[in-house]
Formats: sequence, C-alpha cells, structure tokens
Amino acid sequence: MQSFIDGLIASGVFGGLPAEAIYPAMMFLFASIVVFGFVLPLVTITIWLERRVWSRIQSRVGPNRVGPQGVLQGLADGVKNILKEDVVPDAADRPLFVFAPYLLVWGFLATFVVIPFSSALVIADLNVGILYIVAIVALSAVGVLMAGWASNNKWSLLGGIRSAAQVVSYEIPAGLALLPVVLLTGTLSTQGIIQAQGWAPWDWFLFHSPFTFIAAFAFYISALAETNRTPFDIPEAESELVAGFATEYSGFRFALFFLAEWGSLYVTGAIMAVLFLGGWQIPTGWTNNTVVLNIAQLTVFFLKAYFWVFLAMWIRATLPRIRVDQMMSLCWKYLVPLGFVNLVGTAVWMVIWPEGNTFVPYLMVVGTLALLVIFFRRVLYHLRRAKPELYFNPAI
Amino acid sequence: MDQYVPVLIALILGGVVALVMTFASTMLGVKTHSAVKDEPFECGNPPSGSAWGRFSVKFYLAAILFIVFDVEVVFLYPWAVVFRQLGLFGFIAMLLFVLVLVVGLVYEVKKGGLEST
Repeated sequence: MQSFIDGLIASGVFGGLPAEAIYPAMMFLFASIVVFGFVLPLVTITIWLERRVWSRIQSRVGPNRVGPQGVLQGLADGVKNILKEDVVPDAADRPLFVFAPYLLVWGFLATFVVIPFSSALVIADLNVGILYIVAIVALSAVGVLMAGWASNNKWSLLGGIRSAAQVVSYEIPAGLALLPVVLLTGTLSTQGIIQAQGWAPWDWFLFHSPFTFIAAFAFYISALAETNRTPFDIPEAESELVAGFATEYSGFRFALFFLAEWGSLYVTGAIMAVLFLGGWQIPTGWTNNTVVLNIAQLTVFFLKAYFWVFLAMWIRATLPRIRVDQMMSLCWKYLVPLGFVNLVGTAVWMVIWPEGNTFVPYLMVVGTLALLVIFFRRVLYHLRRAKPELYFNPAI
Repeated sequence: MDQYVPVLIALILGGVVALVMTFASTMLGVKTHSAVKDEPFECGNPPSGSAWGRFSVKFYLAAILFIVFDVEVVFLYPWAVVFRQLGLFGFIAMLLFVLVLVVGLVYEVKKGGLEST
C-alpha cells in the first residue's frame, strides 16, 4: 500500500499536496473501501449462504425470496433490525450495555488492517502482524463479557462468563498453533509469511511437515472456539441459555453481535490462508500487468479463505454442541499439549533440515489428496444408497 | 509510529459504522416502554432478584490459568522470530522453558483444576 501511494505521488496526481496529508487520506479511503465495499457485503452474503448451506444439508429450502435465490436476505434483515426498537432493560448497566457491541465490531474490523488481499492490497503490513491479530481478537472477549454482565440477566451472565472462559482458554492453543509458522519464517508480518511460501501446495506451510499440518487444524479448531461457532457455541446455546449474552439485546445492537461473529469467521479463514495455504501466491510470469496479477491474487486468496468459512458452515450443520467441561478439557488436556509438541517438533525439524525436507511435502500432498478421494467416494456411495425422497428437491 | 495510523483509522471507521447504524436504529425504531417490557427476560416469570451475584469459582480458575499461559506464549513469539540466529543455545534454552510450562500444565491437570464437578 505504501509503495502504491508513493507511485501515485510520483505520478503527480495530487499536485503539490504534502505527503503527510496524502498518506492518512489514502489510507482512510482504502480502509473505507475495504469496510463498505468488502466486509459488510461479505458478512451479509455469508449469513445468507450459511443459511442456504444448512438448508441444503438438512433437505429444506432456506431463504430464497429476497432477490435472486435470496441473496439480499442479509440486507432485508439489516433493514428490519434498524426499524426495530432498541430496548435497554431498566435493570441493566446502561453505559456498558450500550458500549459492548462496539468492542466486538472493533475486534473483527481492526484485524482486516493486516490481512493481505493481494501482493499490493494490504491496508498496513505491520511488522507485528500475527501478534497484532492475536491481541485485537481478544477485544471480542471483553465485549461479550461486558454485554453479559451489563444485561443484568441470568442467561446473559452465564453466556458472558462462559464465553470469556472459552475465548481466553482457546487463545492459548491458537497462539501456540501459530508459532511453528513464525519459527519457520522468522517474521510476524503477514506479507513476509506469504512470501516465504509458494503457489504450489508442496510449498505451503500446511504440508511443510507433519507438525505444521497438525498445527493448522489445531488453530482452526481453536479459532472456531474463539469465534463461538458450533460445536463451541455454548455461550449463546439457544436450547439452554435462550440467546446467551445477546438475550437482552434488540434492534441493530443485536445485529452487531452477528456482524462480528460472521466477520470474524472470514478473518479465521483469511489467517488460515495466510499462514498455511500460501495466501495470494499464484504462478508468476504469465502476465506483466500489475492490475490483472493483483485481481488473480485477490481471487485466489478469497477462495482459499472462503474454503474454511464453508467448512465452518458444514461443521455447524453437522455437529452437536459440546458441554462446558468437554470444552475446557479439549483445550487444556489436548490442544495445549499438542501445541507444545508442534512447537518443539517444528524446532527439531528445523535443526535437522534447516531448509526443509524435500520429500515429505510431496508425500503429504499425495496423502491428503488420497484422503479427500476416499472421503468423496464414501459421500457418493452414501448418496447413491440414500432414499430418493430424502434428496433435496428445489421444487418443494 | 506512522505504521499504526491505519489501525487507528480502522478503529474509527468501525466505531462510525456501528454508531451510525445503532443511531439509525434508535431514531427509526418504535419506542413503546412498559414496566413489564423493560424488566430482565426470565422466560416469562417475574425476575427473581438481580443477576449480579456470585458465580462458579471455576471461571476464575480458567482466567488465572489463562494469564499464566498467555504470558508464556507471548514470550515464545520473540524467540520464534529470532530462532535461526540463536542456534542450538536458543533451542535448548527454550526447550527448558517449555518443559517448565508443561510441568505446570501436568500439575494443574493432575490436581483436578479442570474437573467441573
């Protein structure tokens, strides 16, 4: 982004304006484009798509009335939420109650600062990028706890403290799972980590060694827990806690919680893509046009990130919710020790093969492909065996 | 410091988005208050006292564990960045550090700090 603005200044677009004024203005413009042109539409589309995917999995139709196939459902829900009453209970701690959703919105929007959409498009390539993400995501824990406490409602309080316990616990396995990649690259900058990988799967850190492979999935599980997704949605468990920390919220404040939830889901996918799937890396040399190259990188990055979002939808439609004690023991007894094993294992791997093993990545790519083939063959087998009346029928 | 201006911009932008939308909601939404509507929701029953009371000590335990381990994880980050320069000495030193952490974790699990009964 810095070099892009430098190029614009050099070309004389701004005339004689001082550089100190141009940088913040351009940053603001770009950040606004990211927020209004990408994040907000993305969240509404993701919510619609998630409902459609669940419906498809559960053999029903889902929202398909607002716009073509129901794409505008999110927009309609947003307008409806704005027109609803914003109730603040009498007994609530009003300032905290009103302020809590903003913390959640900050917690996910501020992470977009360091997410590199392509080689040129990143709002700021901070040299502490990964640490910054880990730090800023923790804001949402404060927001949820604040919302739960301020509501002065037993359901909300239980949801809030459950969520605080869950988010802070899973921050440790998440932080440990990111460490192997930091070890390998020696940098915390998101662009630096992507540049250390290649476009081919065997150059990705996912397949670098068995330890990074496990770390990727340990991070994904921890991230699902941190964003309160099923099977870790115990803070807002509908069947036990009404709506958890969001019970007393209404109007657009209620919608902000869900804006943050689905927004941070994409952030999770983007972090997975950056750290383990080679980010925006594509084969080079087929074009000299920077704009075309960046659009191709943008597409590749979006697809890689969205794959994990889709996986989260799939998991949510498939798995039941786990109990609080199971959640705690999964974190402390399994994921944290696994994180230490990955960390030490990666360090040993680097001592033995400083430049990385040349054979193992290919083996792991082939192994993963074989697993995927077996999995989809099983899916096809079960689809063929399923009763025809259970098939999804769009005509219903 | 200039590097962090975008973070500030993002925070301001997020605040503006949320503020404008909640403001629109308070302006456009209906406003009908009643004593029953404004009381805390307890599935239709009259609320039984304030929710600001005591809750399980297990949650405090989780918070204390988090503080210990999160600080340790943050200590690991700078080490990971300079791991290649440190060589074998850094590797063994951090191995000992991780060992101390793991001993703490094993003690906590053995002591039953995570059992929720």
